[in-house]
Amino acid sequence: MIRKNTWVLIFILVLFAFAISALIYPLFGREAMRLGLDLQGGIHIVYRADLSSVEPGEEADIMDGVMAVISNRINPLGVTEPIIQKQGRDHILVELPGIDITDREKERLSRVALLEFGELATDEEEARWENELGRWKPATAVIDGEEKALTSRYFRENTYVDRDNLGRLVLAFEWDEEGSRLSEEITSRLIDRPLGIFEGGESLLGEDDSPIAPIVRSVIKDRGVIEGLSYNEAAKLSKQLNAGRLPVSLEILYDQTVSPILGANFIDMSVRAGVIGIILVMLFMIIYYRVPGLLACLALMFYGASVLALFKLIPVTLTLAGLGGFVLSIGMAVDANVLIFERMKEELRTGRTLGAAIETGFNRAWTAIKDSNVTTFIVCGILYWLGSSIVASAPVMGFALTLFIGVAISMFTAIVVTRTLLRLFVGTNLAQQVSLFSPYLGRK
Amino acid sequence: MLDIVGKRFWFFLISGVVILVSIISLVTFGLETGIEFSSGSLMTVSFEQRVDQDDLKRELTSLGYANAIIQHTGAGDFLIRTHKLTGEEKTGLQDALAAKFGHLIETEFYSVSPMIAKETAQNAAIAVAVAALGILLYVTWAFHRMPKPFRYGTCAIIALIHDALVAVGVFSILGGLLNWQINLMFITGILAVIGYSVNNTVVVFDRIRENLTIGVSSDFEVVVNNSLIETLSRSLNTSLTTLFVVLALLFFVGVSIQNFAVVLLVGIVAGTFSSICIASPLLVVWERGEWGRFIRWLPLLAAKARGR
Repeated sequence: MIRKNTWVLIFILVLFAFAISALIYPLFGREAMRLGLDLQGGIHIVYRADLSSVEPGEEADIMDGVMAVISNRINPLGVTEPIIQKQGRDHILVELPGIDITDREKERLSRVALLEFGELATDEEEARWENELGRWKPATAVIDGEEKALTSRYFRENTYVDRDNLGRLVLAFEWDEEGSRLSEEITSRLIDRPLGIFEGGESLLGEDDSPIAPIVRSVIKDRGVIEGLSYNEAAKLSKQLNAGRLPVSLEILYDQTVSPILGANFIDMSVRAGVIGIILVMLFMIIYYRVPGLLACLALMFYGASVLALFKLIPVTLTLAGLGGFVLSIGMAVDANVLIFERMKEELRTGRTLGAAIETGFNRAWTAIKDSNVTTFIVCGILYWLGSSIVASAPVMGFALTLFIGVAISMFTAIVVTRTLLRLFVGTNLAQQVSLFSPYLGRK
Repeated sequence: MLDIVGKRFWFFLISGVVILVSIISLVTFGLETGIEFSSGSLMTVSFEQRVDQDDLKRELTSLGYANAIIQHTGAGDFLIRTHKLTGEEKTGLQDALAAKFGHLIETEFYSVSPMIAKETAQNAAIAVAVAALGILLYVTWAFHRMPKPFRYGTCAIIALIHDALVAVGVFSILGGLLNWQINLMFITGILAVIGYSVNNTVVVFDRIRENLTIGVSSDFEVVVNNSLIETLSRSLNTSLTTLFVVLALLFFVGVSIQNFAVVLLVGIVAGTFSSICIASPLLVVWERGEWGRFIRWLPLLAAKARGR
């Protein structure tokens, strides 16, 4: 019995050391806690794309194109881990953590995606775009006495990836009537020179992050191909061009923007609340339950370290609500201990020895601990579902996850850690004084 | 020995009055819903200079935002809730405010469209309903070896609805008096309270089950009362430790988590009361089939009060 207990103790100590080192050092490539938007600042936007002008069956491709365009616009903002995700049929989720974005930039993200074609500008001419290939101006031509720029709105049909008769991969496109006239004039001027492609103020980038600018090989009238692209590049470019062909406007359904300064405050405040909460709970446990209370406090430290380590390793995205869930779980974590200690006291009153009281106390309290915690798990599961089904998911899911992990670990600490510590204590001389276990027992 | 079950009618009366107040408040004030449930924009701005709330209100009204709800959250910090703003409206509003009150920083902006709000409210309602059903099924299953397991589930649900009603009632009063709005954090809090309330109730039921199996007494009332007494210090202690951390949250994190902390606070107090004084005594009432006695007891009580 004692030997088994020693092994469990060693196991617990190893776990504890592991948890602490996971918190201090970047284990498994986890440098720091992953923080939610409300704690580190940033934006969370959900757009709805207006697909009313898109033919059925093409929707998925158009959405891919719109998303590619958005990601192209986000690149220059320098966000480390942007998330751009399609949700449902026509929703797009954009999450940019940790940045402070101006309203102008935010507005720009959602403008209709129109691709513009450009030609290299001479030194005297004013450039609209600049990139590593040179200075560019819009590729224009005069038709019907009016100067017009070549853009993706002149595509007749969607572009597609194809192979030419030599088996090379090409991106095929077709201009509408006005586009054909523009293209004919422009490409005849630009033979053997590059045609740049731009979106808003930015160059469209290929796979290697260099600007895409195919060289014009021949005059293109109503239809043409772009050569020299990899398959992935061609597929991506095709989708981007197609997205620009139609007026797919984006409506902001949901917008949450938090300044990074505010987030930092929340972390400080939550940590303070957590520390004060833990201290109060510990004081209460020691005053009320004496030695077992003290042991429960040790178990609580183990609890805190392992839960936080799990948050970091999984990783759980910590939100303000998630921190709330963690702080709440501290209060509930001692519940299992309280159940066991109360039971132990009762067993002691019936005249059992300390060792026997501990074992019976644990065994009898177990059904109550199990049954009562299952209800919390049910609620966590439902909250998680609620979170995954709505747009404003972060607070709800964060809370559900942290509370679930908290309660699960708290069962382990009460059953394994507290019990092992108590058994260890029974072996010492101090255990002869029953009053250390319950202030009232000694007097009776 | 303390007789909890014997005073059951008194407890029912207390709960009845509290719930009545909740319902009256719900009918008169209703519930103020936040933008997550009713759409709109919520902006947290921080002015460098001192700004008076009434001045801000007047300025917003003159800018055409007469419906704007303003909440003062700190030195120069305000929460401004309006209808859903477009990008242009928002820039225009901020420029106008900056021109009038000096430099301001927007620390938080939150905007929800009607479609998303409807979906959120709908799913939140489903979540609460499914949670209640799930718990009913679970508690019934957990006590399936007992005679009449359904009663345990039902009494746990009654206690749970009691707690949720009290929390909602308190929020309706806070909404009516202080403009507090219910949001997703509120729903999260309510669901946490539901879990907590049942957790407490199940611990007592578990003890009733054990004492019935041992055969402590042939009188169901005595068994229930004994079980309550035996679990009393556990119920109170767990509630206390949880209250400590909730109070810490309330006092040290502030407005952003206020909703959540207050729901928990009210819910834990109500949950502790209901698990001890409502759920288990209800089992006794059901066992004895004395539903009518409570009704007959009320006029007696009133007569007694007049007699004094």
